[in-house]
Amino acid sequence: MPDTAMPILDVEGLKTVFRTRGGEVHAVNSVDFDLRPGELLGVVGESGSGKSVTMMSLLRLLPSPPAEMRDGKVMFDGQDLLKISPEELRKVRGSKIGFIFQDPMTSLNPVYTVGFQLAEPLRAHLGMSKAQARKRSIELLQLVGIPDAERRLKDYPHQFSGGMRQRVMIAIALACDPQVLIADEPTTALDVTIQAQIIELVKELRQKLGMAIIWITHDLGVIAGIADRVMVMYAGQVVEEGPVGEIFRDPQHPYTQALLKTVPAVRGPREEKLQVIEGQPPIMYGAPVACSFRNRCKYAFDRCSEENPKLRSVSAPGHRAACFLLDKAPTQEPEAVNG
Amino acid sequence: MAEVEDAKPLVKVRDLKMYFPIHAGLFRTHVGDIKAVDGVSFDILPGETLGLVGESGCGKSTVGRSVLRLYDVTGGTVEINGFEIAHVHRDSLRSKRPMMQMIFQDPQASLNPRMTVASIIGEPLDEHMKLSPDERLARIYELMDWVGLNREFAKRYPHEFSGGQRQRIGIARALALNPKFIVCDEPIAALDVSIQAQVVNLLEELQERLDLTYLFISHDLSMVRHIADRVAVMYLGRIVEVASREALFADPLHPYTQALLSAVPEPDPESERHRKPIVLQGDVPSPSNPPKGCNFSTRCPKVMDICRQIEPAVRDFGEGRQVACHLYSESMQTTAEPTAGDITNQ
Repeated sequence: MPDTAMPILDVEGLKTVFRTRGGEVHAVNSVDFDLRPGELLGVVGESGSGKSVTMMSLLRLLPSPPAEMRDGKVMFDGQDLLKISPEELRKVRGSKIGFIFQDPMTSLNPVYTVGFQLAEPLRAHLGMSKAQARKRSIELLQLVGIPDAERRLKDYPHQFSGGMRQRVMIAIALACDPQVLIADEPTTALDVTIQAQIIELVKELRQKLGMAIIWITHDLGVIAGIADRVMVMYAGQVVEEGPVGEIFRDPQHPYTQALLKTVPAVRGPREEKLQVIEGQPPIMYGAPVACSFRNRCKYAFDRCSEENPKLRSVSAPGHRAACFLLDKAPTQEPEAVNG
Repeated sequence: MAEVEDAKPLVKVRDLKMYFPIHAGLFRTHVGDIKAVDGVSFDILPGETLGLVGESGCGKSTVGRSVLRLYDVTGGTVEINGFEIAHVHRDSLRSKRPMMQMIFQDPQASLNPRMTVASIIGEPLDEHMKLSPDERLARIYELMDWVGLNREFAKRYPHEFSGGQRQRIGIARALALNPKFIVCDEPIAALDVSIQAQVVNLLEELQERLDLTYLFISHDLSMVRHIADRVAVMYLGRIVEVASREALFADPLHPYTQALLSAVPEPDPESERHRKPIVLQGDVPSPSNPPKGCNFSTRCPKVMDICRQIEPAVRDFGEGRQVACHLYSESMQTTAEPTAGDITNQ
């Protein structure tokens, strides 16, 4: 069903560069992806892979300098978010696109009550009166499962626990009925039992409200449980994307394969020795001219250091990966490539 | 397991208590205590890894620090390699320090940014051993080899290393004095997924080579399942369940352990679709004012009247398995027996 629908968000060739004293760091390198209505897109990658920077770039949330959006197009609602005026962008941020940040401790303002922070987007974007905003705020807190909502509007963020604060963040992000919700590691700072609560909440809200969600995480387990589609990022590039079942059952990029193997399981058979990806992710000084994973890849061959692989389709529909092995795969086994 | 069963425990902790006082008012009078650790007992056998899991604030790190006497404990005893640690005088404690070491969570904060790698790793050698400069350098190089650090990096400073490499420096420092027992306090929590596996494999290799005993503190249940031989689960300052890795992950008995394990998502979309997590309601109560009776009674899905009145006693199920829950206490034995029987038969 989602395949036929028009994408609600369409990102093309996004490039973000940070100017630092050590040189230019290419944090996002030609990232393309789209998001369809009602879909949950999981974005996985290690720290520094550019997943957060990509999403912040969409809404131009990065301070400039040092950040610089060098290229790309972000089509949303018939307009290019990278080109529109700051006033127009402000109408999109927090109203049509909601954002949940990783750390619920630091992303709420400690000197305002939760009620004030909830009412702010309602009054600014929807022009509600104080009384209307208050009524809606109570509804929102109830929606995200905060008991005794009316009384808690008067409380300050420090009076909430971590899990409850994240619920408040979700309520704020949902305040104006966004079409797209971007959640940047929303459960990483939380304990597993609280994480389970938040995930159940998001599943429930999705059914109720039907918005499209981009969920950034490094936890493959979380992704497996909630995503429709997965995008794997490495060194500022998308190395693989596809339907969640395909990515987990038949990963094509060596990085995705290795990533899936390094995580031990809580259930099922236990591995005697953990699989390891040797080395560490590179820092991208300069635009990539070769495959960024080649130094850690056990299948790397000559071509990998000569040019940068582009995403190409894999047999299953909607499944794409950026690896030269795919060109050879039908005729040769990966092992044979080295020899 | 049978042969280890007879072995004498290397670490013996009995009824360990660590209270942090709360002072309030004009005269900073003592108005209460945060009971971070409230009566914890466990043994660790030589060469074994005991995993200590629980959510943030449950007191697992405080246990790790108290066991090494980084805090002056409020009550209870700690015996490491036959020596009483918890109440011994500072001077004799100092001579015992080499046998017990710690690896910290945050390799950024636990390494002095103004010291080179060689001086960080060499510092414990200067403190506790009399080595000639040549011997000292040889020992530093040996340690660097063990943890997989290039010898050429000896003159570099911590900021020049990545998180995983910094953790290796911390491990080398912990190994410098040939310890028997190492407390690993969330050693991989600050690292990336692909680096975590490297560090865990290193810890396992070193354990085998140097015959180390670990207390592995972590909130990552899947990693604990990988590295630990036995696992203790903590909730609000108390251990609610201890069992061998196999028994605990295959058939958790305590309702909190059950909820904790069921909450861990699995990287497999197929099984995720069928997984029904036990979602606990509410948050962990404050350790300064724990609930009456069982600490878990405010969130327990199987709570009974007795749980709100009386603190459950620890019951031994044999094979090193202990559970503190009224569901399995003597009075409830009729209902508890079938489950317990299943476990001993495995």
